[in-house]
Amino acid sequence: MDRIPILKLGAALLVTIQVDMHDRLAMALEEDLTNRIVEYGAKGVLIDISALEIVDSFIGRTLANIAMIAKVLDAVTVVVGMRPAVAITLVELGLSLPGVRTALNAERGMAMIRALLDDEAPTLADES
Amino acid sequence: MRASVAANTVPIRSGEDVVRVRQEVRRVAIEAGLGLVDQTKIVTAASELARNTLDYGKGGEAVMEVVQSSARRGVRIVFQDQGPGIADIELALKDGYTSGKGMGLGLGGARRLCNEFAIESTPGKGTRVTIARWK
Repeated sequence: MDRIPILKLGAALLVTIQVDMHDRLAMALEEDLTNRIVEYGAKGVLIDISALEIVDSFIGRTLANIAMIAKVLDAVTVVVGMRPAVAITLVELGLSLPGVRTALNAERGMAMIRALLDDEAPTLADES
Repeated sequence: MRASVAANTVPIRSGEDVVRVRQEVRRVAIEAGLGLVDQTKIVTAASELARNTLDYGKGGEAVMEVVQSSARRGVRIVFQDQGPGIADIELALKDGYTSGKGMGLGLGGARRLCNEFAIESTPGKGTRVTIARWK
């Protein structure tokens, strides 16, 4: 089965979803990310959804689950790059993405993760 | 421009078919002249309903077409299955209600994303959901 690649970038994991995900692929991403967070001791997860033309309730729930699991594993999740039409549709669908932090683009998302980690552990820079 | 466009039927038997429904609905929505936000809404609604057809209806099909009604143009999609049916449609349409693994936003959410929404279901026989979005 296809897998969505997960890149390690310092203390963060970076995922760019570039395919129209079927449900099993979304579930595989959730599982793979969980494993990588533990494997690398990642403190942040950045998920770029700028290529996604829709986010339906299943994909939305997967993003919310990833954020919750990451939190339990002491990592922060930021979803970036949501298209305007997707944002409008999500709100009308009734999906609020509880616990999911968002940023307009990958650059701002990484800055957000860095700021959150700095607040949390000022010594992180020394550790890396 | 063609006077009438043949209906396009997509079988729904697997998760990959749900993705195909999204792609085909997008194509038909563009053909109908829907704007980007309307395209996104109808494709998202179709994704929810195609998943219901697969997960709760045990598979079925989606029939989609460009429709012309007086001065309006739009997309209509019919989702059909021969599954167990829905005993209480009002309950199934409520946000937060789910009989399975979902968030309970599928039916009610899909209804909010469409201009027209109709559901017929007979327990033991199956379910048919018809949606439309106009330009």
